[in-house]
Amino acid sequence: MTTAPLDYAPPPPRSPRGIPLLVWPILVLALLLIFNFFFTPGFFHLTVRDGRVYGSLIDILRRGAPVMLLSLGMALVIATGGIDLSVGAVMAITGTIAAALIVRPDDSPLAFINVTHSLTLIILLSLAAAAIAGLWNGLLVALLDIQPIVATLILMVAGRGIARFPTSGQIVTFEHPGFEFLGTGGFLGLPFPVTIVVVVAILTGLLTRGTALGLFVESVGNNPKAARLAGVSSSRVKILVYVFCGFCAGVAGLISTADIKAADFNNLGLYLELDAILAVSLGGTSLSGGRFSIVGALIGAVLIQTLTTTILARGVPEPLTLVIKGMVVVLVCLLQSEKFRSRCKRLFKRGNS
Amino acid sequence: MTDSALLTARGITKRFPGVLALDGVDFTLQRGHIHALMGENGAGKSTLIKVLTGLYPRDGGEAVLDGRPINPRTPLDAQAEGISTVYQEVNLIPELSVAENLYLGRQPRTFLRTVRWRQMSRLAREAMARLDIAIDVKRPVSSYSVAIQQMIAIARAVDVNRAVPAKVLVLDEPTSSLDAHEVASLFGVMRKLKGEGLGIIFVTHFLDQVYQITDRITVLRNGKLVGEYETASLPRLELIGKMIGRDASAITGHHPPARAASTGKAFLEASGLRRRGAIEPFDLTLCQGEIVGLAGLLGSGRTELARLLFGADKPDGGSLRINEQPVKLRQPRGAIARHIGFCSEDRKAEGIIPDLSIRENLVLSLQARAGWLRRIGRRRQQALADQYIKALNIKTSDADKSIKLLSGGNQQKVLLARWIATEPGLLILDEPTRGIDVGAKFEIARLIEQLCQDGMSLLFISSELEEVVRMCHRVAILRDRKVVGELAGDQVSEENVMATIAGQPETPHP
Repeated sequence: MTTAPLDYAPPPPRSPRGIPLLVWPILVLALLLIFNFFFTPGFFHLTVRDGRVYGSLIDILRRGAPVMLLSLGMALVIATGGIDLSVGAVMAITGTIAAALIVRPDDSPLAFINVTHSLTLIILLSLAAAAIAGLWNGLLVALLDIQPIVATLILMVAGRGIARFPTSGQIVTFEHPGFEFLGTGGFLGLPFPVTIVVVVAILTGLLTRGTALGLFVESVGNNPKAARLAGVSSSRVKILVYVFCGFCAGVAGLISTADIKAADFNNLGLYLELDAILAVSLGGTSLSGGRFSIVGALIGAVLIQTLTTTILARGVPEPLTLVIKGMVVVLVCLLQSEKFRSRCKRLFKRGNS
Repeated sequence: MTDSALLTARGITKRFPGVLALDGVDFTLQRGHIHALMGENGAGKSTLIKVLTGLYPRDGGEAVLDGRPINPRTPLDAQAEGISTVYQEVNLIPELSVAENLYLGRQPRTFLRTVRWRQMSRLAREAMARLDIAIDVKRPVSSYSVAIQQMIAIARAVDVNRAVPAKVLVLDEPTSSLDAHEVASLFGVMRKLKGEGLGIIFVTHFLDQVYQITDRITVLRNGKLVGEYETASLPRLELIGKMIGRDASAITGHHPPARAASTGKAFLEASGLRRRGAIEPFDLTLCQGEIVGLAGLLGSGRTELARLLFGADKPDGGSLRINEQPVKLRQPRGAIARHIGFCSEDRKAEGIIPDLSIRENLVLSLQARAGWLRRIGRRRQQALADQYIKALNIKTSDADKSIKLLSGGNQQKVLLARWIATEPGLLILDEPTRGIDVGAKFEIARLIEQLCQDGMSLLFISSELEEVVRMCHRVAILRDRKVVGELAGDQVSEENVMATIAGQPETPHP
């Protein structure tokens, strides 16, 4: 066919290459920042103390780190057409295991493990537990063919109970400068959690785009039947992403535990699975699976945290905060909807003529 | 425009990014006519249908239905104007009853807004009776054959109890999954509706059917109108020539492959392979440099046989040898590792990964065989994509476009490229030419012959007997999920294949 390319139609929510467009979440994030520039005094103010940078912007990144980590793993799980509701509970499990390994309470079932001397072993063992939790989810979904929302609901509910065992139901507090560094330390002037996010994000990028895993994940999520006939093993792919999602939740759990210096199995990571799903969705990854965007998920997570910080900084009455959060989320979702945008355009045109 | 013109479209134009899909197309449908819409894939048939039925907004032109200008924005709009559509894939809810499907969203209600079930069943029976079909309307749709489901969809489309009765019925490839008997009863229904004054737009790839039932033919090519003809006065070859835009002799001049007895060694040997409810035990040997055909009626077990050879389904018994090694295939992955490729008959559901690019779709099987850790580099992927886009004449602006934006024939070529890239020893092609245009069919046939000459073993499945006979060195014939015969060399002819299919039928055909 020799038809010359003609002028392009209005941009679809995805580019012709099928990659999620990040214009809208970035736009809303920019609007939020501009709003703060004018109405929240000192929002962009940065100070340097003891070689560390402080300020609202830095605070957003530091507080947003756990959700950013969760959204990395969640993005892959959602891209396979699944979902992981258990990440909050996995955070709690990882956190209490780490605390139990540090403190070694006498009545702890983990008391026989003596690794207090080695920070590396404490971290590795805790993360291994998180990965095993992910493996459990993966096996339920991939081998037993249980719907992901049900399969991960099991660990979401049971996980908070499991999280009590390592410390025998005690909210153990600890002092461990090395471990605390994970949550409160600094690196290159930035909070250490930010460094961890950067490292895990790069790791995710390498894992998915440096190998063929990203292609397989998107194939399985977009058309499982065709992927199977093309030779992709969906069960291996799924198990792998659930394990990775568990790992990310584990890292988030370690950061949060180090931050509060306690093993709070009741509240650690509570409801964060919802923020992570929201972040992935705001980042343009469809909940029905297929194309995913890691950068999008991170932007989504930053957007959520910026919103929370803005609301807190404005001193909005407590009951209103969640309502405002909800409204901004609706706005981003509307902007991402092509139908809504074309309606707006039509209204605008009618107004002009 | 004559008095009996029911639907008139003038200068319909539709643009997509980078493509002018419809370029000022005129189309006129007469009352009480069956009008074929013909063209290669990418000619603009589906686009024209979608514009007329409100799925796509048009960028230019006008449409007049029954003297009233129309501009439907949604299929519901179109239906309210009197244009109803039945698509290739039946759009019914399988678990609901026939009556519920017919009256979904417009059930007769009592004053308490509860459904009048008895009245609904009666209306449903009447609606089906109008098409001369008597079935239990309380049974779920899924308990009926695809043909009956198709009729139910038509009954819903033309139901007289609609606020606006249908004036135009669009049938988009309604016959592609029906057997000869079912097609005949569908045609009966179409003639009946035609007699009632409906205009029917009929999209199909089967030339026989066009000549059997239609009154007029409109031919499109590359988004432009080629012309409108009276069916009776347009010879077949001329029609094909107009569709593909070249001299008809180019097709008739195509010679069948030399039917030399195969000298290649056996690539795959199946003996006693079987699967309950799918296929009776069969023996089959496929040699290098040989095209073996599978012939048989729809549902005779052709696809089921092929799926066993590819490991897509697990056999209940029997043995399989590949390159003289006994193997057990449990997953397609295992078959691919042993250099077998399989192009499914259902391109949309089992072939393409719609949101991924042409490049990604193309390298998928090669990458799956290499494993996720050994990623095929971006540059190598691009080189492969460019190579096959050129070699197979895939019409696209670049390799990074989503595959779903391509026409059916071009999607099929990408899927063929996916397998050829894995350099298979055996390539199984299940209906590789279904639903694609004459030109692409021709190109794919040439490609298959080329692959065969290069020493590949090919298993070719097609509903079009003429195609099987023309392409294959050897043909295995199936009836009622059993391999009932094999023809080779000079024995391969349409008459012989049909005679074998007919055989001594245990039950007389309806």
